[in-house]
Amino acid sequence: MRELSMHILDLAQNSIAAGASRLEIEVAADTNADRLVISLQDNGRGMAPDFVSRVKDPFVTTRTTRRVGLGIPMFDAAARACDGRLAIQSSPGKGTYLAATFKLSHIDRAPLGDIASTIVTIIAVNPDLHLRYTQRVDDKAFIFDTDELKTQLDGVPLNEGPVLKWIGEYVKQGTSEETEIN
Amino acid sequence: MKTLEDLKKVREQALEQMKLREGKFSAKVVVAMGTCGIAAGAREVMAAILDELDKRGISDVAVTQTGCKGLCEQEPTVDIIKNGQSVTYGYVDADKARQIIAQHVVNGNVIGDWVVSAS
Repeated sequence: MRELSMHILDLAQNSIAAGASRLEIEVAADTNADRLVISLQDNGRGMAPDFVSRVKDPFVTTRTTRRVGLGIPMFDAAARACDGRLAIQSSPGKGTYLAATFKLSHIDRAPLGDIASTIVTIIAVNPDLHLRYTQRVDDKAFIFDTDELKTQLDGVPLNEGPVLKWIGEYVKQGTSEETEIN
Repeated sequence: MKTLEDLKKVREQALEQMKLREGKFSAKVVVAMGTCGIAAGAREVMAAILDELDKRGISDVAVTQTGCKGLCEQEPTVDIIKNGQSVTYGYVDADKARQIIAQHVVNGNVIGDWVVSAS
């Protein structure tokens, strides 16, 4: 994947396929520790312990169209290539937590890229998902939460054209300047 | 500067569009969002589709997604379901996506050269 935000979109698909109604995504840069952490927490159906232990293997997948699944293995490889690792915690009925660490300044670390487009895409096709996105740089944070929007929108779905356009611009603005991660 | 306060105005715009379509959709656009699709550029295709629909003020087209459907090599793929016919386009990029909206979704003309399967 050319951008870390594309991995995030891909991993969000796993949460949605697992029936999650709630997904929290956080991208946090710690410039002193030279570390970037990307985490996703969902309330989907979760995975059994033996599946978790094998899920970084590309020949393990729930898909039926072919016998390889590359989403998690590629995210794991991206983290390991940048002196980091991917940790997975999951239990059936409780959801899944993924956290990947990267050396922030590593030459092989892909840019975060167009995170606003990733958020808009997730919402466009999953308007009922409760999505919370946090982007942190040291002690500065931008938090986007669909629940806050739903209150303001009072029954208008999040995937209506004008709403999606606004979300894209809002997230783009919020993730620039002091919480910008390249 | 965008603030949550803007949403009141955004809500009014959305309500107007919803009223216009009276709950009926004229077409459905399905973007494949498996790992293969995303790696090949499905997100940019989705962004182009949403932008083109918005620019044209089209509010009666439903945009959804599907997972990998085994056409990994031809991703990004986009299905257009209109008038009871389903057409799959392959090797779509942002520019092709805009043309598919203009020619197929709006005018009803299938772009034969880009079709990988139809039913």
